[in-house]
Amino acid sequence: MHEVGLAQQTLEIALDAARREGAQTVRKLCLRIGEWSGVELEALRFALELVTEGTPAEGAELIMERVPPACRCAACDCLFNVAEYDYHCPKCGAESQQLCQGREMDLVSLEVA
Amino acid sequence: MCDHCGCSAPPPDAAHEHDHSHAHAHGHAHGHTHHHDHDEERRTVALHQSLMAKNNLLAERNRGFFLGRGLLALNLMSSPGSGKTALLERTLCDLRDEFKMATLVGDLATDNDAVRLRKAGSPSVQISTGTVCHLDAHMIQHALEDLGAAQVDLLFIENVGNLVCPAGFDLGEDLRVVVMAVTEGEDKPLKYPSIFHGADVVLINKVDLAEAVEWTSDKAREHVRQAAPHATQLEVSARTGAGLEAWYSLLRERLLAKRAPRTAGHAHSH
Ligand SMILES: Nc1nc2c(ncn2[C@@H]2O[C@H](COP(=O)(O)OP(=O)(O)OP(=O)(O)O)[C@@H](O)[C@H]2O)c(=O)[nH]1
Ligand SMILES: [Mg+2]
Ligand SMILES: [Zn+2]
Ligand SMILES: [Zn+2]
Repeated sequence: MHEVGLAQQTLEIALDAARREGAQTVRKLCLRIGEWSGVELEALRFALELVTEGTPAEGAELIMERVPPACRCAACDCLFNVAEYDYHCPKCGAESQQLCQGREMDLVSLEVA
Repeated sequence: MCDHCGCSAPPPDAAHEHDHSHAHAHGHAHGHTHHHDHDEERRTVALHQSLMAKNNLLAERNRGFFLGRGLLALNLMSSPGSGKTALLERTLCDLRDEFKMATLVGDLATDNDAVRLRKAGSPSVQISTGTVCHLDAHMIQHALEDLGAAQVDLLFIENVGNLVCPAGFDLGEDLRVVVMAVTEGEDKPLKYPSIFHGADVVLINKVDLAEAVEWTSDKAREHVRQAAPHATQLEVSARTGAGLEAWYSLLRERLLAKRAPRTAGHAHSH
């Protein structure tokens, strides 16, 4: 339930970028949110609508991509989804220790005008 | 590469193709009569910036601070009531003659836990988070200021009771400890894979109640192993002290290991 804080971070980063670009408004925000980030997409959407009100990002279109947890196999470099708590590489059977995706909360890009 | 190995790989990077096409509207004929018509002058700006960037930066600073002081910092996370404070009270008492310890403790409201921990004999700073459901690196930075210059070997950070949000916030800790109580059921690790997967240590607490709740240890251990294959699992009771010696050994080892490169220098081979 810390989506408001995240929305404020998003807005801050977006407005900084827009300023650097000499743009007046932010029209679109593209985010990648990991399934294991603890972030509820609908709550984040709602929070973003709230915090952008009265700012140059008001009414910006929100594109949110949900990213499933996955590991990169250290042995064979294969990328695989973590399904059913199985961290074993389906190709070579090696166990992975670290997720390479699935926890991210990234502002990938924005459209400014 | 994943495209050659034939496994069912998700296409994480394929999703990165941004639309760099400038879909702006200079195609249609509009005169230069009004100059303020760049309404559709849209540009895509690639960023790839983590919303956690600020937290992660501050976490790195905390990590540097801990390293500089040669202290071991632990982040304890669990659902409300699993026994984080009780475990710390016991640890502070039992190791009092061996280590200098301090605690930072997060709760939405009250300073009850800090009072309990101070009674157990060590400096403690309460972080009242208000409505915020987790600790973040910034709160830790300020709590460290409040803690002052006290010499500390072990710094315990008790996170807000919550098995979801704290997982996403690096505090700069050396060890992530997830506590679960036998009263919560054996399948906790499967229900909260994110926080368990990030754990270095899983403490299964309240084993004194195991029989009463018909706790199946083997099943629980298997679930923890599935969710956190590389975590150390310990069964303990903050009430009776059962299993705590293994916890203390782990603390000793990890503190030694952290200090080793500073004190032992070239003693270990590379
Ligand atoms: N029987 C038994 N009770 C325990 C044990 N550890 C903690 N408790 C009890 O469980 C209750 C909650 O313990 P706390 O230490 O306050 O739990 P916590 O995780 O710090 O809780 P929050 O800070 O609210 O998230 C208290 O009544 C403790 O006395 C244990 O090992 N055995
Ligand atoms: Mg507590
Ligand atoms: Zn939260
Ligand atoms: Zn492999």
